[in-house]
Amino acid sequence: MLVSCRPNLVVSIMNADFYNEMYDSAGTLRPHYSAFAEWLAGMPPERLERKRAEADTAFHRVGITFAVYGEESGTERLIPFDIIPRIIPAAEWQALQAGLWQRVKALNAFLHDIYHEQAILRAGVIPSEQVLNNTQFRREMMGVDVPSGIYAHIAGVDIVRAGAGESYVLEDNLRVPSGVSYMIEDRKMMMRLFPELFSRHLIAPVQHYPDMLLENLRTVAPKGVADPTVVLLTPGAYNSAYFEHTFLAQQMGVELVEGRDLFVKDETVFMRTTQGPQRVDVIYRRLDDDFLDPQVFNKDSMLGVPGLLAAYRAGHVTLANAIGTGVADDKSIYPYVPEMIRFYLGEEPKLNNVPTWMLRKPDDLQYVLAHLPELVVKEVHGAGGYGMLVGPASTHAEIEDFRARILAAPEKYIAQPTLALSNCPTFVDAGIAPRHLDLRPFVLSGKRGIGMVPGGLTRVALREGSLVVNSSQGGGTKDTWVLEN
Amino acid sequence: MLSRTADHLYWMARYTERAENLARLLDVSYQMSLVPQSVASQNENWRAILALNSLEAAFALVYNEVNVENVLRFMVSDPSNPSSIYSCLRAARENAHAVRGTLTAEMWESVNATWIELRQQNFEHILARGVSEFFDWVKLRSAVTRGVTFGTMLKDDALHFIRLGGLLERGDNTARILDMQYHILRQNDDEGASDFYRWGALLRSLSAFQVYRKVYRDAITPGRVAELLILRMDMPRSLHACADGIVRMLQLIANGASAETERQAGVLHARLHFARIDDVLAGGLHEYLTDFMDRIYELGDGISRDFLIPG
Repeated sequence: MLVSCRPNLVVSIMNADFYNEMYDSAGTLRPHYSAFAEWLAGMPPERLERKRAEADTAFHRVGITFAVYGEESGTERLIPFDIIPRIIPAAEWQALQAGLWQRVKALNAFLHDIYHEQAILRAGVIPSEQVLNNTQFRREMMGVDVPSGIYAHIAGVDIVRAGAGESYVLEDNLRVPSGVSYMIEDRKMMMRLFPELFSRHLIAPVQHYPDMLLENLRTVAPKGVADPTVVLLTPGAYNSAYFEHTFLAQQMGVELVEGRDLFVKDETVFMRTTQGPQRVDVIYRRLDDDFLDPQVFNKDSMLGVPGLLAAYRAGHVTLANAIGTGVADDKSIYPYVPEMIRFYLGEEPKLNNVPTWMLRKPDDLQYVLAHLPELVVKEVHGAGGYGMLVGPASTHAEIEDFRARILAAPEKYIAQPTLALSNCPTFVDAGIAPRHLDLRPFVLSGKRGIGMVPGGLTRVALREGSLVVNSSQGGGTKDTWVLEN
Repeated sequence: MLSRTADHLYWMARYTERAENLARLLDVSYQMSLVPQSVASQNENWRAILALNSLEAAFALVYNEVNVENVLRFMVSDPSNPSSIYSCLRAARENAHAVRGTLTAEMWESVNATWIELRQQNFEHILARGVSEFFDWVKLRSAVTRGVTFGTMLKDDALHFIRLGGLLERGDNTARILDMQYHILRQNDDEGASDFYRWGALLRSLSAFQVYRKVYRDAITPGRVAELLILRMDMPRSLHACADGIVRMLQLIANGASAETERQAGVLHARLHFARIDDVLAGGLHEYLTDFMDRIYELGDGISRDFLIPG
């Protein structure tokens, strides 16, 4: 369906097969987009084009880039920024937020439980071997008490809308979720390019996220530390999210450290400074479990800190997120999250899970193999859009290739129906056209409870028809507006 | 501050300064090669530049012949030569990138822009436009970065380590340039009028020509050139000025382990502060400069040990 109100600019507004964030199925503007649409209609195309170029230059100059794995080492690429915002009405956000809080609360309760009493396993809600034999389950964490019982201090939960607009949780990222810097930079860019839009709308601010994060990290310092020293641990300048690490460290005013900057003495962590060793109390680590401590995990890791786990277990330092959170956001555990919510909170889940086939189950495997062209198949431990099959978008050869991989190790895969992801008008080379998107809000958990800024990172798949929004796979971002009433 | 952060800042400054001084050295050599002389003696000068950086072997791996174009190509834009201007500016940018959160936005943008612009020029472009224009560009970019540094950074330890790195490198480089050119010029003592141009070129390469005129109001003599570049406290690229700055920076960043390094810097400074040029020349300028460079090297070692890479 083509809406040709402004033939020069608009390729198409709608694709009737998908839920559109801006227009309803009859092609009528949704009310929360009306002020924006009016503004857009009054914008000369040249000015929009100029503003887009301005955004590109500014992002390049400031160096907001990310490294792409699998390309020439040190390759830095710009994440495309789209100037049409994703707008969420207040009521919708309230509902989403309540669902997120509920979900993250249950996930933290689950993590505490499996590293202590394991009540949920004994009750038979989740098969024990699914948890205990999971490579992400860290035996070293058994019986370790972490401050306030919080494991996932920072969660980045991926939400999509599908069908007639209902929301689904696609993934709970509880290890080292990234992307929050783009949420903030996109807002800064939008305010710089189009300040007039911010007087036409009541848009909830998001730029205080680093303050909330720092406050949150300080509340989970080890007992008895009155004025904790917080640091951000990065794998280094060649990590794909290095820009974000520098950004957050700078915004919070904490040191950005690498493993070699830290050492452990008497089960206490210190950083090497030009004025001698200084004690570290809270480590916001953006390094995977496997690399944290070569004495315990990956022996070859040059990125970690020998002795860190011992200091952690002794309660002399807090790691955020805790070690061993990966077992809760693993794709093989994901299907059980609604049960966790019922088990720990005694509530019905407020957010939907995507129906999931677990290919370790013979019945599920049989069904999935028979329906590969319709389904999305994912590696249980994969991330970043690598190693997945999107059936409807794949060639026969790709599907057959994937079939062989599944048959070789079915337990490594799950499958889900291909969701008709919602789309939103987006600037592409040919003009404005609908593109699919998702949303990653960031949920902070600490001693004082759960908090979040109203918003998140909206990722958009820029290739026509593509459902993969990951920046490593050519996705872009949009500013996300949560409207205030 | 973090030792590693200090280390990156210190080396960022050293590589930026090194690129600038390399541009100065190559520029003076190039200017001098324009003065009428035999091809053999000209190539001898270019060989001296390689020797100065201990690069003869590395050069011979890639190039058959020592001549103007080959040496310039090797020293300006050869990424395989770790001492080329290209490699220095890359290293400066990599060090800056590693601590970009510590730099002001303007500083990072300045260092990054230098690197982006450098990558847009290949050696053929540089030759076609004239190498001197390129050397001017390198000096200008270094000046911009330095200006932005002093104009935007908080005067805390981060700035002190940047200044310390720059001063150490500059002292070493001035000594190096002077040592090499003085040696060549003394050999050519009998060539008369051309000497004026050669000494003039040396002074210009260290931005000291006008300063010389202002200070001495007299003919250019080797002794005065040496005095200006070694002992004059008010000459910003002189050894004395560098040593003075090093002592002040070390006082500002001192920690429990740095007393010996401070002492060594103090001795170096005192020797320059109370020296007379006649005594320096009588003992042999080359020996004097070599000794100075050795001491700078030791200071660099001490700074690494005390602050940057503590055991």
